[in-house]
Amino acid sequence: MDAESLLLSLELASGSGQGLSPDRRASLLTSLTLVKRDYRYDRVLFWGRILGLVADYYIAQGLSEDQLAPRKTLYSLNCMEWSLLPPATEEMVVQTSVLKGRFMGDPSHEYEHTELQKMSEGEKVFEEEVVVQIKEETRLVSVIDQIDKAVAVIPRGALFKTPFGPIHVNRTFEGLSLSEAKKLSSYFHFKEPVELKNKTLLEKADLDPSLDFMDPLEHDIPKGSWSIQMERGNALVVLRSLLWPGLTFFHAPRTKNYGYIYVGTGEKNIDLPFML
Amino acid sequence: MGDPSPDPEPQPQQPSSRRSSQVPQRRSRELSLPQPSISEEVPQTPFDGPAMQSSQGILASQTNLQDWSSGPPLTAQENLAMYPTEEAQLGGVEYPSLNMGFPSELQPQPYLEEGGMQASRNVSLMLQQLQQGQGSLFQQLDSTYLETQPDYLGQFNMYQGEDLQFDQGVPHGPYMRDDPTLQYSPSELGFMPFSAEVPEPEPRELAVQNAKAYLLQTSAGCSLSLYEHLVNLLTKILNQRPEDPLSILESLNRTTQREWFHPKLDTMRDDPELEPTYEMAERQKGLFLRSSAGGEGEQEMEEEVAETAVPNIMETAFYFEQAGVGLSSDESFRIFMALKQLVEQQPIHTCRFWGKILGLSRNYLVAEVEFREGEEEGEEEEVEEMMEGGEGLDPHGEEEGEEDEEKVTDVIPKPMWRPPPIVPKEESRSGTNKYLYFVCNEPGRPWTRLPHVTPLQIVQARKIKKFFTGYLDAPIVSFPPFPGNEANYLRAQIARISAATHISPLGFYQFSEEEGDEEEEGGAGRDSYEENPDFEGIPVLELVDSMANWVHHTQHILPQGRCTWVNPLQKLEEEEELGEEEEKADEGVEEVEQEVGPPLLTPLSEDAESSRTSTLAGATSTVPRTSTHPCQPPFSMSTPAAPTSWR
Repeated sequence: MDAESLLLSLELASGSGQGLSPDRRASLLTSLTLVKRDYRYDRVLFWGRILGLVADYYIAQGLSEDQLAPRKTLYSLNCMEWSLLPPATEEMVVQTSVLKGRFMGDPSHEYEHTELQKMSEGEKVFEEEVVVQIKEETRLVSVIDQIDKAVAVIPRGALFKTPFGPIHVNRTFEGLSLSEAKKLSSYFHFKEPVELKNKTLLEKADLDPSLDFMDPLEHDIPKGSWSIQMERGNALVVLRSLLWPGLTFFHAPRTKNYGYIYVGTGEKNIDLPFML
Repeated sequence: MGDPSPDPEPQPQQPSSRRSSQVPQRRSRELSLPQPSISEEVPQTPFDGPAMQSSQGILASQTNLQDWSSGPPLTAQENLAMYPTEEAQLGGVEYPSLNMGFPSELQPQPYLEEGGMQASRNVSLMLQQLQQGQGSLFQQLDSTYLETQPDYLGQFNMYQGEDLQFDQGVPHGPYMRDDPTLQYSPSELGFMPFSAEVPEPEPRELAVQNAKAYLLQTSAGCSLSLYEHLVNLLTKILNQRPEDPLSILESLNRTTQREWFHPKLDTMRDDPELEPTYEMAERQKGLFLRSSAGGEGEQEMEEEVAETAVPNIMETAFYFEQAGVGLSSDESFRIFMALKQLVEQQPIHTCRFWGKILGLSRNYLVAEVEFREGEEEGEEEEVEEMMEGGEGLDPHGEEEGEEDEEKVTDVIPKPMWRPPPIVPKEESRSGTNKYLYFVCNEPGRPWTRLPHVTPLQIVQARKIKKFFTGYLDAPIVSFPPFPGNEANYLRAQIARISAATHISPLGFYQFSEEEGDEEEEGGAGRDSYEENPDFEGIPVLELVDSMANWVHHTQHILPQGRCTWVNPLQKLEEEEELGEEEEKADEGVEEVEQEVGPPLLTPLSEDAESSRTSTLAGATSTVPRTSTHPCQPPFSMSTPAAPTSWR
């Protein structure tokens, strides 16, 4: 959610039951402004909170002019001092996929994971147990990256693409209409499109290239991995991801307010197909 | 739009003939000009007599009217040097002009416009004067125009209208219309013929006229032309003056187009999309009003009010908020109102807001309730009677089946498998059914009571993991199959969550001083506790550091699904009614071990999988954030690990 409308966004996203305490809110308001100034970001988003056993991580992201460029991620333990996280790489994701369980909350904590690695000495090939140490920071980076790629949401029309390439915030976005707000096809994944090129020409003919340049949520696998609800009568639409429980996206139709926040344990819900 | 008017039959032919004759004349030079029917008609219609004004004017200038009513006027357009010969596009009323760049044709156009636009037209005429330098002509036209307005009948074409200026009511002879050279010449007017005055347009002007004609062509499928759209767009930009319009040009384009086709709804009609919002607001208004009405009555009975069962939601919400958990304050308040409503409706002794469970389509708000002493749950008894009636039917069925089988020579071997004996559910007000639970979907909606939970349901609920949809009667499709619908599953989950996660600081509760209980219940543990009046509180740091300072105050659920153990086989022997069961009971006497669980008020440090429990110490805030994550929380969509319930 945008750091500028933090209070309103927190209020609207509070239906999921996880919020922020008043002292955290106040510290966020000040610290995020400072982050924006120091790192020269165009927009700063408060991404959410990952719950750990000992402490929680508060995550923020900074965006540059081009909204779809890779975002810089920062984390903090007390909402005041922010540290930049390295960008995620494929390797990291693979490495940390073996880690299960909750986050500890201590960024320097190291997970020990025993792997069987083939070692060859001379002509003998045997497997040896190697204990691999993985830092929690790496795990944090890869989890945030996975969540972003999987479930970060943006409504259709909020960003638009110019012919020159960069993606801009659409200043004339007045919000989705109510009928559009109830459909999953009006929401996009906030990342580089993957499925778009696979669409047939017929499908692409109906799309508007300046607005429909990201993948919609409609065709997410498994089907039904999004729970869409209207709260307060029809005044607020809330999308919750079932794949990463804890991600809440809210939007007040016909207004410009929208945002998403993740408050959860950072664990993917692998049992999703059985639970539906 | 082919026939401008029903009145005079020859009329339609005449315009067409005129058009055809005009076309070669006027348009011969404009070869590149496409002539779509509508736009063609647009400039042509002016030539029809003003007689048709009311009807024809409406019909003929329908497209024009649409254009006129669409966008805001574009005053600046007059300044555009693109169309020097153009009639003024003033006040936006006439800008979708019919002028295809024929200066001499300007004058007919005004005749067809409706009365309301006279003034603007006059101004337009004045401007035309300036632009075209045909001042006198237009002034005369102006005056004559006004006179010709009301004359409908007998006016078949514009020439006649012009004639009226001098010779009212005398229709023209056909010869005038057919004569191409005299088409636009108001010789009757006494002016110099237009054709004589206005020389052939220069090539540049011609090009401009061509371009404009092209722009005015309407796009396929709608009556909007690019020209009009651009006018709309530029007007909008100039009116709103956004910053950096170039970068948002695309969006503005989209918005303008959308506005054209989707005008705002009438203020008289209710917006259908907002209906549910209004309904919900109405319902919630009822919540607030009732409470205020109740308040007046309460003032009279202050003594009873002090014992109200409604908990102080706002206070607990405040504490939860300090921990970073909980709903927004207005939602908490609405829940408070809704609980008040519940207390008024049901005979409730104590009430507590248990929590919120998120579902796929709707959510559940759960209230934990104890009825007053002596208030029996009538619904439960009815359900039990039905169940027993159902069970009574089955044995009869079996007996009849047996008789049939005996007659058949081949006796189908009966399966040896017998379903495991059903563990009886616990009595109300004890064990897992200690409290009653009410749920509602949203504050303002009616509260529904959840049925009591049976041990089998708890056992099955431990094996499956399902999302809640939000509808209590939804079936649970799972494997192993769950005996019940969503209401039962919800109740089972609530029971499991309560048993596992309701904790309190050590010493807050204590056992009542009756030690004889321990022996009577076979060492299964006491199931009642009371508040310790001497509780002094434990310092926060100690609470945070060690798990031993927290205890469970709800009974642990045994693997059997109950809190107090019951030997299912014993019960079977007591209920012997059928001879078969007697035999089978003797055959397979299974030894069932008594199941034992940790007694009440066990500290958390004894919990299994203690690696998953921890406390968080908030160092920076004055209110230490303490949250305990209990072991193995059951998987539901509920808010994880709501901290202690302090009651």
